[in-house]
Amino acid sequence: MSFNDLREIRKKSLLNLLGLYKRANAGHIGSSLSCLDILLYLYFYKMNQEDKFILSKGHAALALYVVLYESGKISLQELETYYNDGTLLAAHPPTNRRIKEIIFGTGSLGHGLSLSTGLALSNRYNEKKFNVYCVLSDGDCNEGSTWEAALFAGQHHLNNLTVIIDQNHLQGFGESKNVINLEPFVKKWEAFNFDVVVAENGNQFESLDTAFSSADIHSLKPKCIIAKTVKGHGVSYMENKMEWHYLPMSDEQYKIAIDEINRNA
Amino acid sequence: MRKEFSACIEKIAREDQRIIFLTGDLGFMALENVRDAMGNRFINVGVSEQNMISVAAGLAAEGLIPVCYSIAPFAVFRPAEQIRVDVCLHNMNVKIVGNGGGYGYGIMGPTHHAIEDIAVLSSFQNMHCFVPFCNEDVENTVHAMFEYAGPSYLRLGFGKKQDTTIVPSFDTFRKISEGNKITVAALGPLTLNVCNAINDSGLQNDVDLFTISRIPVVRLDEKFAESIKKTKRLLIVEEHVRRGGLGENLGILILTANIGCAVKHHFASGYPNGLYGSQDYHQKINHLDVNSMADSIITFINE
Repeated sequence: MSFNDLREIRKKSLLNLLGLYKRANAGHIGSSLSCLDILLYLYFYKMNQEDKFILSKGHAALALYVVLYESGKISLQELETYYNDGTLLAAHPPTNRRIKEIIFGTGSLGHGLSLSTGLALSNRYNEKKFNVYCVLSDGDCNEGSTWEAALFAGQHHLNNLTVIIDQNHLQGFGESKNVINLEPFVKKWEAFNFDVVVAENGNQFESLDTAFSSADIHSLKPKCIIAKTVKGHGVSYMENKMEWHYLPMSDEQYKIAIDEINRNA
Repeated sequence: MRKEFSACIEKIAREDQRIIFLTGDLGFMALENVRDAMGNRFINVGVSEQNMISVAAGLAAEGLIPVCYSIAPFAVFRPAEQIRVDVCLHNMNVKIVGNGGGYGYGIMGPTHHAIEDIAVLSSFQNMHCFVPFCNEDVENTVHAMFEYAGPSYLRLGFGKKQDTTIVPSFDTFRKISEGNKITVAALGPLTLNVCNAINDSGLQNDVDLFTISRIPVVRLDEKFAESIKKTKRLLIVEEHVRRGGLGENLGILILTANIGCAVKHHFASGYPNGLYGSQDYHQKINHLDVNSMADSIITFINE
């Protein structure tokens, strides 16, 4: 699939995502928009059938749901139950393993990397060979358990594990640099024995692909792609604004967003 | 019970290649045989209990059967959210083994005690807590735990029994001693304190003693129900806080079954005098030692 084709899917996903957020009157829009491109790239370009994906930043669940829909893993009927009473698709991914593609439901930060590490480690004991991809947020990197997992993955040379940091520099109640400064971020992951590559524009498929392609596939180390992203990417009034972690859209805001996507995407 | 556990798990792991043993950097002078037998299926994850539990959940998602070992408070409380979410909500077949349940680590102090573990864990979805009552009961209990293919917790303690004490095959309720005047329900090795109280005070014909080995208890065992209907006196003893322990669990079942009986409850109250000591010391402070059991049983019978 060409990136132009993927951009078409991106546009459909964006419209779907915003439509569902609007109907649900739900928040976390900025978080989903921040990582949507990473998820599309992984599902349509990077991951093989047998590979595993864990969304550690569970609050971006709707980005995952629309990508699972676009890749044929869940039906439109299922997707349209989002946020309804009696749905499997709540604001955070389900924890009951009833959707095969969602191996682990998340929502409390700091779990995803350990879970991914366990999945990656399982290949040492069974006949399977797969890669594990895990998307983390800035907030995830505040959690001690994330760094416990990083130590463990490095210690055990889990080179079938790739961590992608959706680094939009914003978290729950402030800018990351003012809350818990993660810099020097590249050096941190390197110090934890990861091969680190930075995607300078984590909302662009070409930039992500350059980063993933430059990771050394022969290395024994786990990989870390630091994707520099923009919270609220693709809707200008949401971009780099912390409030779009929480706010639902008004009718007028929704119309502006849809018009903008139809014009630009 | 550590030795019995390590011998048993070594045997099981030799036969079942799906078993992966994770320890949070503990097991010196106890798990060397397991380490040597299991090769790369034995992993010391380091002092990182949160990661240990979630890694185990990841392994279990791929059909492996991880066993996570630490001393009880570290295995339960530090990674409580990982147990709740990654193991229990996902109904993963992860076995958590806590050594030194109750005041087991004695003079090590309260950081090393686990007197709230059953309350926390038994409130989680799908979690079953298994509590052997003596060293000879560990193998029974471990096998029962593996028969349940879901989230499990094994609470190990110190359980040296008298030669005369029988060890029935595993069940949630097991009768250990037969009598007519009082029913005693005991959790784990406290069962042995009651056995000793019976022997020391000549109460052999008076006490119907049951050890309760699986929590949450979802229904009353018929023989147990008959016993409390017969004796009309129930003493519940547990080295665990009152909230969320065996007493509350049995209490609500007895109430909903409409069985009228007098109930007394001996439990771990914590550190009422603010002082620390051996497990025996804490048992005495909390009226869980052999003499307190005997006194309480005799008083109850004569009331």
